[in-house]
Amino acid sequence: MKTLHKTLAAALVSASLAGTPVLAEDTHPVTGEQLADEQVFTYRALDESSSLDPQVVEDVDGSYIVRDLFEGLLNSDPEGNIVPGVAERWETDDNQTWTFYLRDDAKWSDGEPVTANDFVYAWRRAVDPELASPYAWYMSLMALENVDAVLEGEMEGSELGVEALDDHTLRVNLTRPMPYFDQMVTHATTFPSPQWVIEEHGDDWTKPGNLVGNGAFVLTEHVINERLVRERNELYWDNDSNLMDKVVTLVINDENQALNRYDAGELDKTDIPAGQYPAQEAERPDEAHVFPRLCNYYYSFNNEVAPFDDARVRKALAYAIDRNVVVDNVLQGGQFPAYTFTPALTAGFTTPDVAWGQWTQAERDERARELLAEAGYGPDNPLRTSLLYNTDEAHRKVAIAVSAMWKQKLGVEATLENQEWTTFLTTRSEGDYEIARGAWCGDYNEASTFLDLMQSGSGYNDANYDSEEYDRLAAEAQTMSDPSANYTKMEELAAEDMPNAPVYHYTGIIMVKPDLKGWPYEDVQQNIYSRNLYKVAQ
Amino acid sequence: MFNFVLRRIAVAIPTLLILVSVSFFLMFSAPGGPFTSERPIPAAVMENINAKYNLDKPVYQQLSIYIWNIVTEFDFGPSFRYQDRDVLDLIQSGFPVTLTYGFWAFVFAVGIGVSLGVIAALKHNTAADYTAVSVAIVGQVLPNFVMAPILVLIFVLWLGWLPGGGWQGGQIEYIILPAIALGTSFLASIARITRSSMLEVLNSNYIRTARAKGLPFRYIIWRHALKPAMLPVVSYLGPAFVGMITGSVIIDSYFTTGGIGVHFINGALNRDYAVIMGVTILLGTLTITFNMLVDIIYAWIDPKIRY
Repeated sequence: MKTLHKTLAAALVSASLAGTPVLAEDTHPVTGEQLADEQVFTYRALDESSSLDPQVVEDVDGSYIVRDLFEGLLNSDPEGNIVPGVAERWETDDNQTWTFYLRDDAKWSDGEPVTANDFVYAWRRAVDPELASPYAWYMSLMALENVDAVLEGEMEGSELGVEALDDHTLRVNLTRPMPYFDQMVTHATTFPSPQWVIEEHGDDWTKPGNLVGNGAFVLTEHVINERLVRERNELYWDNDSNLMDKVVTLVINDENQALNRYDAGELDKTDIPAGQYPAQEAERPDEAHVFPRLCNYYYSFNNEVAPFDDARVRKALAYAIDRNVVVDNVLQGGQFPAYTFTPALTAGFTTPDVAWGQWTQAERDERARELLAEAGYGPDNPLRTSLLYNTDEAHRKVAIAVSAMWKQKLGVEATLENQEWTTFLTTRSEGDYEIARGAWCGDYNEASTFLDLMQSGSGYNDANYDSEEYDRLAAEAQTMSDPSANYTKMEELAAEDMPNAPVYHYTGIIMVKPDLKGWPYEDVQQNIYSRNLYKVAQ
Repeated sequence: MFNFVLRRIAVAIPTLLILVSVSFFLMFSAPGGPFTSERPIPAAVMENINAKYNLDKPVYQQLSIYIWNIVTEFDFGPSFRYQDRDVLDLIQSGFPVTLTYGFWAFVFAVGIGVSLGVIAALKHNTAADYTAVSVAIVGQVLPNFVMAPILVLIFVLWLGWLPGGGWQGGQIEYIILPAIALGTSFLASIARITRSSMLEVLNSNYIRTARAKGLPFRYIIWRHALKPAMLPVVSYLGPAFVGMITGSVIIDSYFTTGGIGVHFINGALNRDYAVIMGVTILLGTLTITFNMLVDIIYAWIDPKIRY
């Protein structure tokens, strides 16, 4: 049934695309808007991206560029739904064996056809110990057959659970059923790569002139730490629906300087510095945008050390944070107060209304005082602790507000400590802290990407939470066709044990020029494809 | 002179070696590594990475492999962070940029700084003097990370004359703001040094003699005063030029010129060992070279100095 449904959906999408009437060049084929003569999109990136190699790239900005230069089996549309990419349709009976049928008009930018073998080559390459990609873990996350053995060098890449049945059919075997596997192949690590180009140029293959991609754009200029330019790829199979001619990335480290350059008309899109959203929104309501993101912000308690080995202490501190103050008065960017670890917008799962989230703040404060008193802390014996965060203005503001709430409501003396990012990560993962800031953005739109962080064996579990029941529910969820019931129980368990105190769920806060259309505000994962953007005439 | 240069080079090589070794050990003593990330990388993946970058070997062995590759193949290794690039690539693309606007900052600082200083000295205790001194003081107290946003506010946001950053292959309008922002504090120092040194020279006996002889004032300034007055300025220029290249850390990052300076700070933050080492060696070599050049120019200006 599932198979039929997906095939049908894919067929409908291609049918509706094929049926789109071709209009005059200067109007949008669907909305009929008048298009600007010059279709160039210029945006700010915070940092130079780590790589343009699909199997190596690790950062968000870099993945966006790679999504423009390459195309994977499947794409996500501006609302975040899965739509066909190089694969026209796909099917699975048991969520464990997946078959993708590739379109025959997909081409590389040098004219070669894109075949199933290009995917097989790329996936084997991603786990090749010789490439040593830091993102090889993504392939383990996908649970491909034999992936760990290949990573450890015990098996050859040819034994990885992916094979080309013919030039246009790709078969994937997983070690366990994964209902959301279709989402995972929209990620850059799974994109095809051109074996003949990589073998010819070696490490230099991603330089302009050498790079051959199968995406809607080709790389034309790349100056490290300054700019990257990509232009329309005429050979892209869906080139006719791409309205954007050229995309320019400008690396600008300082966000205020980026806003200056936006004001000077050099950028079409940039980020709004923390705390500036209300002012920008008042001044330019049609340019300042805020939308939900699939990311959370929390404080981890170190569950292994006193006093945080006592759930009462953890809960007391978690309750006493007035999240509305943090969101409305400190951050002022439309963030959502968080009482669960998983953001409410996560697909396919309704986050439970955990009890403490339903109370008023006065009730939470009252309960916090009682719990802390039960745990043996009071005016005569105040709790002294430290709160660690990575150096950043917004994190500092939140930490000051939260520690003031603890001090005022509970008499807790929390000293603030900040560390530069890499030092912070090391300190936190070594468990050398009492309370530390944490944040996580979903790798894919499914609750397990968040909930897995609290499993006892997980390397992500910096809180050192260790609950047999939680681990059991998580393991069981992996094999269920609808794991929502388990996810609900896991959230409830987390509310009871409070290994971390959720603080808020993120929003994206950006400035976009009014003539730029097609931004995927509704995609909580912000998977941007430049070919969906266009500029209207003003 | 030839012996002098040889001697300096003989000292320079061990100096560089010490610099490289100290930097190498300092770098490894910072917590975390180039592949520390929010995601715990699975052990098998981490082992592959460590093997690829020699991180599984003891530090002294990594250091010797590193130095050996530089000496034998001039290979500074791949960047740990930008994995499609090697360090030489990064330096080759970034250094010309920094050198270009560094050069113009230098011209700007020396040209205006010396003129201001000379004018102030000649018009000692007049309105011109006070104006020049005030300009110098303002330039001195405004660090370049304050200067840069002020320039952007005036020339980009208010007047709209210049772009707010970028490089575009080094077109003139992209050079102006970085050069001024970088050069201003050096300009101020040069103006102050020139002024006091010029005043001293003007009050010296041989200038009084020349004036008593009835030589025209302008001739005295050009022929007799300027050259000796420049000595302290010249000795300042070597460190100043290197200071400009290293001071480009902020300018590169603010104007995102794509210059070398930003690799210094990003290299340190990302623990990109290969990049920090490459940039350190480059700047170390520059510092040593420029100090030597200044010594040579010094001997040429002041005939009393012999090496």
